[in-house]
Amino acid sequence: MNILVCISHVPDTTTKITFTDDHKQLNTNGIQFIINPYDEIALTRALELTEASGGSVTVIHVGDATTEPTLRKALAIGATDAVRINSTPRDAYFVAGQIAHYAKGKAYDLVLTGRESIDYNGGQVASMVAELLDIPAVSVVKSLQIDGSQATLEREIEGGKEILNCPLPLVASATEGMAEPRIPNMRGIMSARTKPLVVHEPVEIPSLQAINGYDKPASRSQVKLVDAEQVRALVDMLHNEAKVI
Amino acid sequence: MSVLLYAENSGGKFKKSTFEAASYATAIAGLLNTEMVAVSIGNVSKDELSKLAQYGATRILTVDQDQLKSFVNQAYASIVAEAARFAGANTVIVSASFSGKALAPRIAVKLKAGYVDGAVTLPDTSAGFTVRKGAFSGKAFADVNLTSEYKVISLVPNSYKVDPRPVPVAIEAFSPSIKESDFRTMVKEIVRAADKVSLPEAEIVVSGGRGLKGPENWGMVEELAGLLGAATACSKPVSDAHWRPHSEHVGQTGIAVSPNLYIAIGISGAIQHLAGVSSSKTIVVINKDPEAPFFKAADYGIVGDAFEIIPRLIEAVKQFKSAHA
Ligand SMILES: Cc1cc2nc3c(=O)[nH]c(=O)nc-3n(C[C@H](O)[C@H](O)[C@H](O)COP(=O)(O)OP(=O)(O)OC[C@H]3O[C@@H](n4cnc5c(N)ncnc54)[C@H](O)[C@@H]3O)c2cc1C
Ligand SMILES: Nc1ncnc2c1ncn2[C@@H]1O[C@H](COP(=O)(O)O)[C@@H](O)[C@H]1O
Repeated sequence: MNILVCISHVPDTTTKITFTDDHKQLNTNGIQFIINPYDEIALTRALELTEASGGSVTVIHVGDATTEPTLRKALAIGATDAVRINSTPRDAYFVAGQIAHYAKGKAYDLVLTGRESIDYNGGQVASMVAELLDIPAVSVVKSLQIDGSQATLEREIEGGKEILNCPLPLVASATEGMAEPRIPNMRGIMSARTKPLVVHEPVEIPSLQAINGYDKPASRSQVKLVDAEQVRALVDMLHNEAKVI
Repeated sequence: MSVLLYAENSGGKFKKSTFEAASYATAIAGLLNTEMVAVSIGNVSKDELSKLAQYGATRILTVDQDQLKSFVNQAYASIVAEAARFAGANTVIVSASFSGKALAPRIAVKLKAGYVDGAVTLPDTSAGFTVRKGAFSGKAFADVNLTSEYKVISLVPNSYKVDPRPVPVAIEAFSPSIKESDFRTMVKEIVRAADKVSLPEAEIVVSGGRGLKGPENWGMVEELAGLLGAATACSKPVSDAHWRPHSEHVGQTGIAVSPNLYIAIGISGAIQHLAGVSSSKTIVVINKDPEAPFFKAADYGIVGDAFEIIPRLIEAVKQFKSAHA
């Protein structure tokens, strides 16, 4: 089984987000970038599946050369090879277009992504890639089992889960539960240096949208402390002042 | 030109988030001087359908075929895109539910539309068509300008108020062309706790962290949530330790919520936790440590032991409810 795992490169979860003075761009000074946590889950599941049944795991990333440490880390975790589409991702449609263009005709049995990237929080790439390849997609998947050419998936829905069957090939976006993310060991890190990392130039994708700018949420006013003996006062404030109950 | 709403139903009934999306779609139709048309897929009664007219739908296209009883992502996307063309709609609105978020990107690709996922405001049409959405996991907003002819927006639950605007409505059957190849996924089973309030849509959320010591102590959290009509949630270590299911984990790597009221009990307020809850309208923090970082992100706080405070809070809510019954 051959699996393509889409990797995005995002600020570490502890990052305090700030923007350039014109509010147009993320201030990347001093930011540590990591593999998107959900993509690590997807990658780990891909490795488990190929370890069980043979095959390869290719990781793909749309980004410029500065992101290569992120791809090397994916190789260190265990991916067979890596592909970088050499461009600055403009939006999810652009990214999905590049990935679908690369994947077309290569007969991957599975394309895995994370449920969303923790920077843009779009949750778009999986469904878009699937649409461009005209194959099914299942989003926010917490369990993925493969039996021959059939997948059984559990996806999250409001207040529960949906269990579904789907023939391969398909795209699935991973969430917690699909696998416990692996950390690279020393051998993995050493072998990652010599694994293939191929760079392709992007194809042209029409632009449908643009980010005008970013903004920070208004900060909250000072917390009102309620005495531990006066819990009823809290309930009254929530009713009269905050008007939420 | 019109605005098309995909009116998602759950077991034949529309949820509040669908009415929010309907009100939102109607408001956009108002901005664009046009009408709001809804498309409904699956088995929904006339009575239920006509509720959409309460929120501004002037025309409802219904697609009711056996094959479409349960959600089939690809087929639903084909139908909504075809309905948009049929109704001459170039703006499509869906609710940012799990299914809506899976559907919308496919619709966008079919229509070659720009797509704003998880909108929290109406579009600003003064210069272009700019919609605000959350980014960087609650740490920021992005203003996205859709420059394409077709536009798709998914709306975050609890971010736009239901706004009754009754209008006369025409309900008509719509027969889209259906491709067999759109039906490759097969739903086997839906597992849902019937009496539970769904977390992403809940107006009130009661959430517990490691400070609650163990799964056996969630009885009081559930009792409090039950009294408030709230959903229950938890921090990541709590679900990692299997005290609670993963589906209750909120934060940067869990579910992002924006309820009217978020009550955090025994949660320290790590940046990754705050990322998923900071857009809540009102935040109450109960923690025994006055230095817990969560107090800086809270509107109301009680410094104290959860095992004393929760029972008092349960009593206080009971008293409040009987006084306001
Ligand atoms: C990549 C990454 C992603 C992450 N994503 C998430 C995420 O999505 N969501 C998330 O929640 N976390 C996430 N985390 C974990 C996060 O960093 C914190 O470790 C976690 O939120 C802490 O959970 P907690 O507040 O329940 O536990 P703790 O930090 O242990 O806090 C427990 C709190 O309970 C209080 N307490 C103890 N006893 C009592 C009592 N009797 N009464 C009242 N209060 C009491 C303590 O004072 C303390 O403040 C992530 C971490 C990483 C590295
Ligand atoms: N630049 C990128 N290169 C490769 N994959 C990406 C990129 N951006 C996002 N993805 C994948 O798409 C998923 C969802 O991202 P998003 O739609 O941006 O929330 C991520 O979890 C990744 O698996």
